[in-house]
Amino acid sequence: MAAVSLSKVEKTYPNGFKAVHGVDLQVRDGEFMVFVGPSGCAKSTLLRMIAGLESISGGELRIGDRVVNELPPKARGIAMVFQNYALYPHMKVYDNLAFGLKLAGTAKAELDQRVRHAAQLLEMEHLLDRYPKQLSGGQAQRVAVGRAIVKQPEVFLFDEPLSNLDAKLRAAMRVRLTELHRTLKEQGKPATVIYVTHDQTEAMTMGERICVLKEGVIQQVDTPVALYQRPANAFVAGFIGSPEMNLVPAELADGAVRVGGQVLPLRRAVSLHLGKVTFGLRPEHIGAVARPDAVPMQATLKFVEHMGSEVYVHADMGGLAMSARVPAEQATALESAERGSSITLYGLIEHAHLFDAETGVVLG
Amino acid sequence: MDERAGTPWLRYLAMGAVSLVMLYPLIWLVGATFKSNAEIFTEIGFIPSRISFEAYAKGWKTSTEYTFATYFLNSFLITLPRIVVTVISCVLVAYAFARFEFFAKKTLFAVMVGTMMLPLIVLRLPQYLMFREVGMLDSYWPLILPSAFATDTFFVFMLVQFLRGIPRDMEEAAMIDGCNAIQMLWHIIVPLLKPAIISVIVFQFIWTMNDFMGPLIYLASVEKYPVSLALKMSIGATEEVEWANVIAISVVALIPSVAVFFAAQKHFIEGATSSGIKG
Repeated sequence: MAAVSLSKVEKTYPNGFKAVHGVDLQVRDGEFMVFVGPSGCAKSTLLRMIAGLESISGGELRIGDRVVNELPPKARGIAMVFQNYALYPHMKVYDNLAFGLKLAGTAKAELDQRVRHAAQLLEMEHLLDRYPKQLSGGQAQRVAVGRAIVKQPEVFLFDEPLSNLDAKLRAAMRVRLTELHRTLKEQGKPATVIYVTHDQTEAMTMGERICVLKEGVIQQVDTPVALYQRPANAFVAGFIGSPEMNLVPAELADGAVRVGGQVLPLRRAVSLHLGKVTFGLRPEHIGAVARPDAVPMQATLKFVEHMGSEVYVHADMGGLAMSARVPAEQATALESAERGSSITLYGLIEHAHLFDAETGVVLG
Repeated sequence: MDERAGTPWLRYLAMGAVSLVMLYPLIWLVGATFKSNAEIFTEIGFIPSRISFEAYAKGWKTSTEYTFATYFLNSFLITLPRIVVTVISCVLVAYAFARFEFFAKKTLFAVMVGTMMLPLIVLRLPQYLMFREVGMLDSYWPLILPSAFATDTFFVFMLVQFLRGIPRDMEEAAMIDGCNAIQMLWHIIVPLLKPAIISVIVFQFIWTMNDFMGPLIYLASVEKYPVSLALKMSIGATEEVEWANVIAISVVALIPSVAVFFAAQKHFIEGATSSGIKG
């Protein structure tokens, strides 16, 4: 296993488009790192650069203690799982798993042992004699993961491996992959994993650390909890967490924040920064019943979405869209309320985030 | 099922009628092998008055010192090596055009496609002179050698288009698995290209078997003639042509092409119609 270190890594395409801007990142040995961001944020490009499928225009990439910028993929000690599995359709599952080892000239007995071990680990021994077209999506995905495992690489690279699966299977595979990472760690063979996804749920649940990217620039690298609690900027705040954080323009004055025509007192000291800010408050920090630590906010009801155990309330606060995530039992009155009726929501303002209106950088 | 398509039997009747019209010349051809010259030129129907395979036996013997066995063998001696070199050269060139970046790639591809528009007949004279210079006349080399340089541009074009339709992920996976360019070609590209390669084999087989002009120009000795030339010869060899013999041997000459087509039918149709992407 090995650490991966990127220093000032850049990617410029022949047409002059710069996709990756000087990325500095340390992925620790045995760590599960997730690259997350919206489409076009260059997360896949960055992964492909680590894999050796894309050239590196500038900077230095190290896997373990070697600089691998110019090494071909096979010499980098990596294995990759692709979004659409990329299984070889003309080979049986067994041969798909064994192909890389065969090319490397692995002895037959060892090859067989490694293939069967991987198959056992992924509970797919019964699939070894099938062709890829005889597999379901979830099975094909397992084979793709198995193909990576048999190689015993230093670094596992996953490129949106679950996005072709349906929601239920995706959740199951998510758990399976996380467990696999833990199992390998417990067996004393910790795997360094770099996992690309656009799905923040996957990122939050799987990653030991998450690297949030936007337009080829790292926005923040931290643990899921830290990203959720202390987003470095408005982009990260909006991207991490579901449903999305309410991010609205506001003004800061005299220890209070003016949002949509209402003055909400801030109960914590914010460094002197008067004027325009972006005010962020997560839906789960807005309630429907009064509590001593919450600030009442007047709003007009737009509509409610019933999710079962909880209700998403969408409201309008002085022309600004606000959504709240409320336990179902507290929202009975809201559910029967008419569209356009006045309601009071209660915001836990100590959980609010303030960002610079222009740069989006967090304040205070 | 589409309701408007009518009852099944009506549909089958209509399709049967159309296919009968299409196949009639072929059926007539088989029927004519059992007829005398007089019957052939007076009757439109294909049902012969007697069944006798005499025409086949006579036609097979030919009026030369060789039987059609020799000519069939000659045809295969041209066709099979030509197919082998065509597949190898065309796959290599198509792989390069579809997957590698190199200097003036687009221009070269345009030139290659451009040669597809060139009437082949204009190449005959310079090629003839060239092969005369190197002393290859009256041998099979002039018929085989050009194909070893991917001059059958239609095949290259077809393979390139097929390859472009195959997602690159598999090749990237193979690259990570440690394939070099040649291993990639052999282990990944060729198996994926199989339907298209089978199309190339079928086309090249049929076209080479049917080629008349090439052998006519380059071959002088009768013992080297392929079936296409021998058929022509059987018409001109005697004063009074026994058409039944000629037709009988034409029917026999059709068999290899038809057999190859049916043997490869499944892959062939897939190769000619699909882009290689499967859902």
